Amino acid sequence: MPEPISRETVQKVARLARLDLNEAEVERMTQQLAGMLEHFRDVDALDLSNVEPLTQPIPLANVLRDDVVAPSLDRDEVLGSAPAAQDGRFRVPPIVGFEE
Amino acid sequence: MSATQGTGRADSTGHVGRTVVDIAAAVANGSLSAVAVLEENLAAIAARESEVHAFNLVTTDRARERAIQIDADVQAGKKVGRLAGVTIALKDNMCTRGVETTCSSKILAGWKPPYDATVVRRLADEGAVFVGKTNLDEFAMGSSTENSAFGPTRNPLDTSRVPGGSSGGSAAAVAAGFATASLGSDTGGSIRQPAALCGLVGVKPTYGVVSRQGLVAFGSSLDQIGPFTTTVADAALMMEVIAGHDPLDSTSLPQPAPMLTGELSKGVQGMRIGRITDMPEGSSPDVLAQLEAAFDALRAAGATVVDVQMPSMLYGLTAYYLVAPAEASSNLARFDGVRYGLRVDAKDLNSMYGATRAAGFGDEVKRRIMLGTYALSAGYYDAYYGKALKVRRLIADDFAKAYTKCDAILTPTSPTVAFKFGDKTSNPLAMYLCDVFTIPTNLAGHAAMSVPFGTGEAGLPVGVQILVPALGEAPMFRVAAELERAQ
Repeated sequence: MPEPISRETVQKVARLARLDLNEAEVERMTQQLAGMLEHFRDVDALDLSNVEPLTQPIPLANVLRDDVVAPSLDRDEVLGSAPAAQDGRFRVPPIVGFEE
Repeated sequence: MSATQGTGRADSTGHVGRTVVDIAAAVANGSLSAVAVLEENLAAIAARESEVHAFNLVTTDRARERAIQIDADVQAGKKVGRLAGVTIALKDNMCTRGVETTCSSKILAGWKPPYDATVVRRLADEGAVFVGKTNLDEFAMGSSTENSAFGPTRNPLDTSRVPGGSSGGSAAAVAAGFATASLGSDTGGSIRQPAALCGLVGVKPTYGVVSRQGLVAFGSSLDQIGPFTTTVADAALMMEVIAGHDPLDSTSLPQPAPMLTGELSKGVQGMRIGRITDMPEGSSPDVLAQLEAAFDALRAAGATVVDVQMPSMLYGLTAYYLVAPAEASSNLARFDGVRYGLRVDAKDLNSMYGATRAAGFGDEVKRRIMLGTYALSAGYYDAYYGKALKVRRLIADDFAKAYTKCDAILTPTSPTVAFKFGDKTSNPLAMYLCDVFTIPTNLAGHAAMSVPFGTGEAGLPVGVQILVPALGEAPMFRVAAELERAQ
């Protein structure tokens, strides 16, 4: 297993997760994640070299349906529960031009 | 006992609860009104909900309209469903059209889904009356319902103790007589553990047996919806209604619902029941004593008890607490302030995402998103997530080997009876250990259920867990019914 998690790694992961953490949270998260990852080293006791990973408990392949028109969600109802909508679309703040 | 009287167990207030089976039969034949059933629940809610806090929302008006309609249909001689007049509470992570669905998170407060979950539709089609949406650990992450953004749920049997979690509100609602039955979701034990702590029957079906469409996803390869009831027969009937193929869920198994009510009287003569000889330690003596009594009861009913080994069981915790957060970090990316719920305004889109998610998610959810994002990030994937998936395989292999020697395995559901508030909140790992016996089932995709069996410390209920292979629901219910008869 890799080295214990650092403050810088926690800050980087928070950026990846689009989660603004304050200083106190970064501190606490660094400690707690380090504790958990340390505990997770227990699996180092197992020989996993010839073990196939299990990604799906009960694999189903090629789940397809017939291409037929069916009712879909009502657009106004969907947009009605969004924080902001305009002209039949979700409204968001500017996407470009403010990157730090 | 007459159908109108009910056969459910008495709760702590001495109120004798009605059962799903009794209500459905009596309402359908006109000897009991759906309105009367509902008003009993609403009276119990008025008396104790402020103390228990099982619900995020009680849908009184909708429920009354619905009950009146069902009674009218019966009077008019119309065909009513298999759950006519049965009052049901829904965990607040299941979508209900036009009715607030929050996952007990500030980030979804106020959101009204534009559709019903498949399970909700199936229950409604059979005449169920929905009482409300129940409290949970935020996004189902927790084992005590202390992580709800709207405050904890209290165990109706002893309000100084937790009801378990994450489906703590659904368990408390049934235990307190607020509803006849409820639905929860189980990702690592979130139905079985609260069922055990509240003295109820709780079922985690085989992965793919019950549709997840409309269940707000936590760990998509682990989540299953299942019922909480006071009797095994009620759980069997609920399963028959909610299970079965759903084209709207691509992981739904292409087969009809298992028929389970017919299994209940078959007994366990000749069945082989596994006892895990290398079970993880740490269970309290009162819980282990009831487990022994359960083995004795099955032996007395004609089953054989055989020794099996599960050397990887303890490592399931590690695998689970990497796989589930990894899937959660991906699933919860959708809560971004664009399509639903909370938005914290900011100058650009990325800042809005970060600020919204910081304000909307609670501590445990943030912790798991961070853990999952870390485990999936470049450079760490093989060391953590990749290894976790291999441990997952070992657990499935251990089970496969054990099930060559037995038909079902018995374990405690939870290492202890209901614990006090705050006992485990300061140490996430201590809380995670609550799930050591329930997690392997989810990792393997198998079925399991918890059945109340005797009492332990402070007279609180103990739950015994029945584990079976994938699609082993029929033998599982035979064992459950036998344990119930032995009570």
